[in-house]
Amino acid sequence: MTLDWLNFTPWSSLAGGVMIGLAASILLVANGRIAGISGLIGSLLQRGGDGRAEKALFLLGLLLAPLLWGLFSALPVIEFQTGTLGLIAAGLLVGIGTRYGSGCTSGHGVCGISRLSPRSMVATLCFMASGFATVFVIRHLLGA
Amino acid sequence: MRKLTAFFAGLLFGIGLLLAGMANPAKVLGFLDIAGLWDPSLALVMGGAIVAALIPFNWAQRQTESLLGAPMQLPVKRELDPRLIGGSLLFGIGWGIAGICPGPALAILLTGHWQIIVFVLAMLAGMLLFTALESRGAH
Repeated sequence: MTLDWLNFTPWSSLAGGVMIGLAASILLVANGRIAGISGLIGSLLQRGGDGRAEKALFLLGLLLAPLLWGLFSALPVIEFQTGTLGLIAAGLLVGIGTRYGSGCTSGHGVCGISRLSPRSMVATLCFMASGFATVFVIRHLLGA
Repeated sequence: MRKLTAFFAGLLFGIGLLLAGMANPAKVLGFLDIAGLWDPSLALVMGGAIVAALIPFNWAQRQTESLLGAPMQLPVKRELDPRLIGGSLLFGIGWGIAGICPGPALAILLTGHWQIIVFVLAMLAGMLLFTALESRGAH
């Protein structure tokens, strides 16, 4: 293992992480809801369910974040390394996988672990492990 | 009031993702590439988020109502079933292919990159496919 010191951003990543944790805390403490992005999108794609306006407004805030950011400074670098077919395959897998697995990096990784939920710890270990394995296969076995 | 707190929380969540570097797929892939030149930044994102959330979440778990009077809606499932594990493994494969998970996908959707529009449409299709399969299984 070699550390990528050039791209390592400990302070901004830590500060961003704290903001994410505070945002999830606000939604739980004030609204009684888990800030799981895949769960919120998924429930809005289904009929019925309570609190649709609250869920939609949380997601709207998330969507508008780069526009607010852009008022004050230039947006951070956003670089894609995947072609069209890869993006489609990735999107489908993320969509199906997060719904079957009842959560993603936010719902399981942040909220679930903060609740000390064994289910979320197992889910996080699973998607981390398959994420590491997938990048290993693509970059080091297939050499893409 | 709950609509306002939900909107503000979403905005703060998105700003946090942008600041953290999670919104850059190349950086996420750099974190997932432990065998290559490894960028550990995103471990700090998750660590920072969990440290900030631990105490409020601990408090919330002991309440039946939120501060604004909404029922506290926490997941009740306990079992480690094949759906949880299989679904999470599939999600990780998708995450590893493109370096994008659902939160960052929405946080960069309006930045004008065509790639994220393709990804989000495919992700929504995947979620709708899940809903269709589930409702067929239920009848």
